[in-house]
Amino acid sequence: MQISAVDLACHRGGRDVFAGLSFALASGELLAVTGRNGAGKSSLLRTIVGLVRIASGTLTLADGDPELTIAEQAHYLGHQDAQKPSLSVAENLRFWAGFLDSGPADIGLALAAVGLEELADLPAAYLSAGQRRRLSIARLLAVKRPIWLLDEPTSTLDAASQDRLAGLMRAHLTEGGMILAATHSALGLPASRELRLDDVRPLQPAAAGGAS
Amino acid sequence: MSPLAAILVRDMRIAVRVGGGALMGVLFFLVVVTLIPFAVGPDLPLLKRIGPAILWLAALLASLLALDRLFATDHEDGSLDLILMGRAPLELVVAAKGLAHWLTTGLPLIVAAPLIGLLLNLDATAEAALVVTLLVGTPALTFIGLIGAAIAVTLRRGGLLLAVIVLPLTVPVLIFGVAAANAAIVGPVPFGTPFMILCALTLASLAVGPFAAAAALRQEME
Repeated sequence: MQISAVDLACHRGGRDVFAGLSFALASGELLAVTGRNGAGKSSLLRTIVGLVRIASGTLTLADGDPELTIAEQAHYLGHQDAQKPSLSVAENLRFWAGFLDSGPADIGLALAAVGLEELADLPAAYLSAGQRRRLSIARLLAVKRPIWLLDEPTSTLDAASQDRLAGLMRAHLTEGGMILAATHSALGLPASRELRLDDVRPLQPAAAGGAS
Repeated sequence: MSPLAAILVRDMRIAVRVGGGALMGVLFFLVVVTLIPFAVGPDLPLLKRIGPAILWLAALLASLLALDRLFATDHEDGSLDLILMGRAPLELVVAAKGLAHWLTTGLPLIVAAPLIGLLLNLDATAEAALVVTLLVGTPALTFIGLIGAAIAVTLRRGGLLLAVIVLPLTVPVLIFGVAAANAAIVGPVPFGTPFMILCALTLASLAVGPFAAAAALRQEME
């Protein structure tokens, strides 16, 4: 399985976020996307899952399930945790497991893997930021998807949780999964490839008017 | 559990929990209808004549109440991103959310309507007619409202815009809902004529609402 992007451009809010971006990512590889604030790391992730329209260029998935889009085979861990405060920890996870995959999911196992098993019946409103992030990570474990797209996965996590996340990511790569992580800080495991968005200069804004 | 069942169960659970919209809708309905006899005075024939219109108006406003948060909360906490990425068609997800909204907001109104109808001097025939028209008409209010909720999803104070968009669209439902209830009570038009049109309006909104709302959501999320 391999994702390849050729000459990808993203256009948001009337400006070019990035352009001329090319990369490839194969099974078992971790691609670290780095860059200053506003360089377009989050936009790149949202472009890959189809939440932002591709302005130009191509994004293809080879050897994946031909019936499914990239987004349908991917997990997206964004800045927001997609949890309902009035539902319990287990109910939140059970909902996403049911929505993303109708098969049976082992909620208990996924919660134990992120160290939240004792809080399963607590309403999500009472979780700390780090615990909410861990509950989001449990979603990646409850439903199997080959592609993980992680946006600042280590933010708000303490040292022990960062180690645990690194272990989970390593296990995912060993199973043949692929990870694309936008990050500022160290992920705790070596990246197979690195994509520096600072080096990818946006194109000059298109000249106004149609005279040219 | 299928994706749509998961959405339905989750939305209903949230609605009946603390801070959910289910109880607020029916309480608002009861308060509005209860205020009318105080404002109009103890004129029983008048109350009986305007009773169906009052109950229908109150039901319309009550169904709008929880509607503006329908997609907005999912948008704010990032759930909508994952829903858009999901394998379930967005149109069906929207319809499932609409069904959950109707079950938790519309259905309690219909259960409460006969009780509150007593305050408006409605007899058994009138109450039966009212319950039937509400049962058929309130799904139309919800599914027309879905479109407005989807359009207003990214706005902070979407509730006001929602009312401005949705209320004019609900005018036909209101006209034929009240007309059918009145036809059963005072005539002279047979109950069937406006009632059939009400049924048609509901079926049309069930068919159009999810597609229009899903298209609006896709557009908004760009």
